[in-house]
Amino acid sequence: MFDFSIVSSWIHGLLTGFMPEGLAIFLECVVIGVCIMLMYAVLAIVLIYMERKVCAFFQCRLGPNRVGKYGLMQVFADVFKMLIKEIITLKNSDRLLYNLAPYMVILASILSFSCLPINKGMEIIDFNIGVFFLMAASSIGVVGILLAGWSSNNKFTLIGAMRSGAQIISYELSVGLSILTMVVLTGTMSFSEIVEGQADGWNIFKGHIPALIAFIVYLIAGNAETNRGPFDLPEAESELTAGYHTEYSGMHFGFFYLAEYLNLFIVSGVAATVFLGGWMPFHVSGLDGFNAIMDFIPGFVWFFAKAFFVVFLLMWIKWTFPRLRIDQILKLEWKFLVPISMFNLLLMVLIVVFGLHF
Amino acid sequence: MEIKKPKIKSMQYEDFQDNEYLEKMVAELNAEGTNVLLGKLDDLINWGRSNSLWPLTFATSCCGIEFMALGAARYDMARFGFEVARASPRQADMIMVCGTITDRMAPVLKRLYDQMPDPKYVVAVGGCAVSGGPFKKSYHVVNGVDQIMPVDVYIPGCPPRPEAFYYGMMQLQRKVKLEKFFGGVNRKEKEEK
Amino acid sequence: MNIKDRILEIVPEAQFAEQGDLTATIPAESFHALAERLKNDKDTQFDFLLSLTGMDWGETLGVVYHLESTVYGHTIVLKTMTADREKPELASVTDLWRAAEFNEREVFDFFGIRFINNSDMRRLYLREDWVGYPLRKDYDDSLNPLRMTNEVTEDTTEELSLDEEGNLVNKTNVLFEDKEYVVNIGPQHPATHGVLRFRTSLEGETIKKIEPYCGYIHRGIEKMNESLTYPQTLALTDRLDYLASHQNRHAVCMCVEKAMGVEVSERVQYIRTIMDELQRIDSHLLFYSCACMDLGGLTAFFYGFRDREKILDIFEATTGGRLIQNYNTIGGVQADIHPDFVKDVKEFIAYLRPILKEYHDIFTGNIIVHQRMKGVGVLTREDAISFGATGGTGRASGWACDTRKRKPYAMYGKVDFKEIVYNEGDCFARYMVRMDEILESMKIIEQLIDNIPAGDYQVKMKPIIRVPEGNYFASVEASRGEFGVFIESHGDKFPYRMKYRSTGLPLVSAIDTITRGAKIADLIAIGATLDYVVPDIDR
Repeated sequence: MFDFSIVSSWIHGLLTGFMPEGLAIFLECVVIGVCIMLMYAVLAIVLIYMERKVCAFFQCRLGPNRVGKYGLMQVFADVFKMLIKEIITLKNSDRLLYNLAPYMVILASILSFSCLPINKGMEIIDFNIGVFFLMAASSIGVVGILLAGWSSNNKFTLIGAMRSGAQIISYELSVGLSILTMVVLTGTMSFSEIVEGQADGWNIFKGHIPALIAFIVYLIAGNAETNRGPFDLPEAESELTAGYHTEYSGMHFGFFYLAEYLNLFIVSGVAATVFLGGWMPFHVSGLDGFNAIMDFIPGFVWFFAKAFFVVFLLMWIKWTFPRLRIDQILKLEWKFLVPISMFNLLLMVLIVVFGLHF
Repeated sequence: MEIKKPKIKSMQYEDFQDNEYLEKMVAELNAEGTNVLLGKLDDLINWGRSNSLWPLTFATSCCGIEFMALGAARYDMARFGFEVARASPRQADMIMVCGTITDRMAPVLKRLYDQMPDPKYVVAVGGCAVSGGPFKKSYHVVNGVDQIMPVDVYIPGCPPRPEAFYYGMMQLQRKVKLEKFFGGVNRKEKEEK
Repeated sequence: MNIKDRILEIVPEAQFAEQGDLTATIPAESFHALAERLKNDKDTQFDFLLSLTGMDWGETLGVVYHLESTVYGHTIVLKTMTADREKPELASVTDLWRAAEFNEREVFDFFGIRFINNSDMRRLYLREDWVGYPLRKDYDDSLNPLRMTNEVTEDTTEELSLDEEGNLVNKTNVLFEDKEYVVNIGPQHPATHGVLRFRTSLEGETIKKIEPYCGYIHRGIEKMNESLTYPQTLALTDRLDYLASHQNRHAVCMCVEKAMGVEVSERVQYIRTIMDELQRIDSHLLFYSCACMDLGGLTAFFYGFRDREKILDIFEATTGGRLIQNYNTIGGVQADIHPDFVKDVKEFIAYLRPILKEYHDIFTGNIIVHQRMKGVGVLTREDAISFGATGGTGRASGWACDTRKRKPYAMYGKVDFKEIVYNEGDCFARYMVRMDEILESMKIIEQLIDNIPAGDYQVKMKPIIRVPEGNYFASVEASRGEFGVFIESHGDKFPYRMKYRSTGLPLVSAIDTITRGAKIADLIAIGATLDYVVPDIDR
């Protein structure tokens, strides 16, 4: 199967040939940084286009189809427009916090994004507590949202930010518990090892019942983390104008917009990695011929296919259900999801201890 | 020098009614001569702007229902890229004034317009927004939105059919495509004394 | 028992009108006592204040009250007046009927009459700094140019009350304290269904109090009517509640035809009834779409609109308009129905029945919807009658207020349909009432569509229409409630006063009562299910 570390070690060898090691590593970091930004932007564009088309097809209509063939250039037009819009500075806002907030949200998003292993050998941030780091990094986004709501000097944004903060902080518990369940199954917190360990079957099959429960809980909680779908009360258009980012215009608003879609992708990416095998092809233990055929398809194709499948699931849920009220959201979390996750964790521990998994 | 003709997909330049206005506008803008490189960049950015005009959700009366029908499945303004109707004026590009503007609503509308970031456009939809419409003689109706803010496109009708809406929006797209961006729309607004 | 005799018994000085509806003119001092007796006596029980209209009769200013009893069904019209044009004052009836709260503010706004003991005497529709009273006959419009300054919103209101000695004193009532967290919702807001402004005092997520501010789409239609001939006034009726355009115009035509004694042909009655019911289905489909959109289920919005487009096609073939139809005229309808009308309507009804089941599948059965709408925003039956909240809202609270059953008009007396009444009074009941009414409307259309008799579509009328002197009132069941038209004519070709009894004003005045203690998200669900249209409130 295509191993990206061939490429990366070749580049490293080439660079250390004519410059000192430190400079070579520095140059590689810069290149990787640029690649992350590019991939981030490209993925955001793909996701926005996908959302508009998917939601249009659910709603019996066509979606963008005039700007370029099948509307493919639509999001590029949106990006150009967003870049040249005036950034309005408010008179009475807290200047530093107001300008800092979108960058904090993007920072959290990019940090989490870099943790996902896209192919064999193609991980950017990968060390032995990868899962823990991912959850910590994604929590920085809450700070950005609260800052945005507070510093806009607007009662509506404040209400929106408070709601959002309460929601995200509550649902991090469920996200953490469901991923912890899978950590118990795999025995490691490092992403690359989690994916390697699924070479003989994906975790969701290996862990059967508790893994399935954890998957469902993770999808619900991850959806709530990104303020999407039935849980989008904080930015509900029909209630509080535009929620915590009402007062942002131009590229600052563009950052919030991008971060929302990328967070969706990150949640799906983590679900694909931890539950559905990441870049590992679909192997059935015993059928070696079948496995060899599956190995032909490169890892990143598998990864993106799985991630986009979960994205599609989440979009489907968003466009079907009406929204929940804030007290119902919090009730769902504290009275239902947390007890279920805790019980599920216990169940998984029992299964691992007694060796009842596949 | 050949007049720049803005292209709208699947509708000929000759089929539009108000071409003289656009030709006059282009002649005025190009009176000082154009830089070729900036001209190409202008075209690219104007292409982006014209295909991504996000309206503000603003509807006071009957024309608002036709606006909603425009966004619905049969007429589907998402095809043009307009369906992202933002609720906050800070994120919208244009305001389609659908419905009658009364004396009590006029300062509110002006404030909404002021809150929008540049470059912004105003479309007056329906007889009431164009000139007061059937309510012209009333003591509480503003006879046309252009009394309180500059209007770019007028769409007459009571209410206008969705096809008339599209015609108006395509006219707006043509106007945006011909504007001069660098040095034109991109300059800082002078402070009002 | 005879109402006329009972009134003469209580107020011997009452005078009765010779022409038009039975109207009693009562002197101002004895009015409140009479109103209280009429409401509370066991055999009269006038508990429903249908309409409260301010009038300017040249030398006197006054008010006309239309009262009805939900128990017995009898109606009476009362008039009272004062000759003081500088500081007119009349007794308030807000302690008897809560519908009077907003209506008396409207009378104060338009005529300057202050009501004694009404706790909130502010203007309703016009700016606080408006000079003069527009509907008085001697109003000078040049005093009010377009003011672009921001309106300053006061947190206090004036009350004119009687103290112990019987002297009139000005009292100040406070609306919002300084330390309350007051949030402004609207007028530009995606969920208020138009330009309506609410100031809400919040405690965390819970609503303590709501103040509605109307008038952002007040177009002065009633004043304009006084200088238009009767056929010209029809041009503006469609634009009141644009989702009940056929029904509004039907009401005005009915009123003028009743006043002039014109009988329309049976063909016209059939056509008017079928068009009214199609309009009702159209409006309820839009209600469904907007309720789903407000609650977050955007996909259902598109489905509802897709089906609504089919009705608009049928309308467009016959009347030429999608939203504003201009179809009913005095004496008939504008043009005969399209040759394909019967076939199209039957196809549409066959199409819509299974679609409604689909709607119930995706929205009504959803557990999230049940949690958001059941038990939320309860309006009790007594409150509904006191506010005069007719339409789907009243029927969801257990009040059988359908005008088609109470005072049958057109073909409603001869078709068989159920009146949908639910008893819980919460958002879910209001939603279900309207969904069930779509089925009933389809039933009515099916009974009529095959039997449209041949005949004239327009009675020959004189070129200039003059209505005989007197007061006339007619009402129809519009999509949102009882829409009434009150015409006072002095024999001219212009109406002297033409007032529309709005379907939405009682609903907005009831919002404060319904939403106390609810959350902000519930305000959206309540607003969506109350289903008001703001131009109908503001006129």
